[in-house]
Amino acid sequence: MFAVENGLQGDPRLQAISDAIRVIPHFPKTGIMFQDITTLLLDPVAFKHVVDIFVDRYKHMNISLVAGVEARGFIFGPPIALAIGAKFVPLRKPGKLPGRVISEEYELEYGNDRLEMSVEAVKSHERALVIDDLVATGGTLSASINLLERAGAEVVECACVVGLPKFKGHCKLKGKPLYVLVEPSQLDEVTF
Amino acid sequence: MLFLLYILLLSLCHRAPAIRLPSNNSKTPFLLRSKASRDSETMATKEDVQDPRIPKIASSIRVIPDFPKPGIMFQDITTLLLDTEAFKDTIDIFVERYKGKGISVVAGVEARGFIFGPPIALAIGAKFVPLRKPKKLPGKVISEEYSLEYGTDKIEMHVGAVEPGERAIIIDDLIATGGTLAAAIRLLERVGVTIAECACVIELPVLKGREKLGETPLFILVTSDAA
Repeated sequence: MFAVENGLQGDPRLQAISDAIRVIPHFPKTGIMFQDITTLLLDPVAFKHVVDIFVDRYKHMNISLVAGVEARGFIFGPPIALAIGAKFVPLRKPGKLPGRVISEEYELEYGNDRLEMSVEAVKSHERALVIDDLVATGGTLSASINLLERAGAEVVECACVVGLPKFKGHCKLKGKPLYVLVEPSQLDEVTF
Repeated sequence: MLFLLYILLLSLCHRAPAIRLPSNNSKTPFLLRSKASRDSETMATKEDVQDPRIPKIASSIRVIPDFPKPGIMFQDITTLLLDTEAFKDTIDIFVERYKGKGISVVAGVEARGFIFGPPIALAIGAKFVPLRKPKKLPGKVISEEYSLEYGTDKIEMHVGAVEPGERAIIIDDLIATGGTLAAAIRLLERVGVTIAECACVIELPVLKGREKLGETPLFILVTSDAA
């Protein structure tokens, strides 16, 4: 579900967010129009809009855990977690987290990758939010949902700044709702 | 009558708040202790008065022996992130220090600097600039090499993310040898940015990382003798 479908139609903040995202063609490889959120982070007003919209949505949903996917989920997750009084749990590439971890494999276009989470980070029945900058195939978010559910948490929603148009409506990932702020920006956006 | 007065006095004593003096448990080994940088000329420092939020921050950090390899005592800040009060206090201390000081750039070192940097940047109205491992940033980048125990690594920053004359702080969770932070300083200074200060949650002073930072001041919340 996109923000415009859920009460934010015409909200000027969404346009500001979209305008602040830069498109880099053919990165990391030919044919991919990479949605670069680093330009959003250089615009403190637009960055704050992102956090404010997510905080307004989640602050009354009794969420005690915000999980962010390495590495760009680490940028958006903590400000939301701090504002809603939730803990922040990093979901990391293999071998980065110390202590006891569980891991989940997921598919890439070529081959597989793994995501890990600390087992001690999650209490049973906690209500959790998963954050990443962008959702494309949904593979990473699905792996994140699996990790949290295996540890006993209840995933309330997945949230991303950018999402492909196929996630409009009531599209779900592993049965969980998805909330997206904007569609991918086009190439004629302002770049530096 | 006297008896009634006596009862009245007793009841007043029970309502009086108990005054508890802080206990000084010298038996507890105190590996993590607070430290405020004394060599910053531009920032006000709290000198020897310990911020009362620091002990809780320090105790929320978990030490994992022999990670990522034998002999290393790993300072795990993920447990700090699970403690909502400690995490908020950590950010608040940095924000109080840097707000209103003309800082327009908060640069965070991948990946744990990405956790602490953005909340600070948002609160002080600065931009957040991620400093990343090679090939992660799209578009044009500049890069700076630094030494590891065996070999070298690089960090990268986007061309145009910062402008000459801007004032920056560099954030990471921990300073050990100082190699990464020194490279970050060089990267930003190459494009004309002044680094007001480097800021980390934890310092491992035995590794003398501070010495690699040259003239750039360093602000730390806790130090650890474990290295």
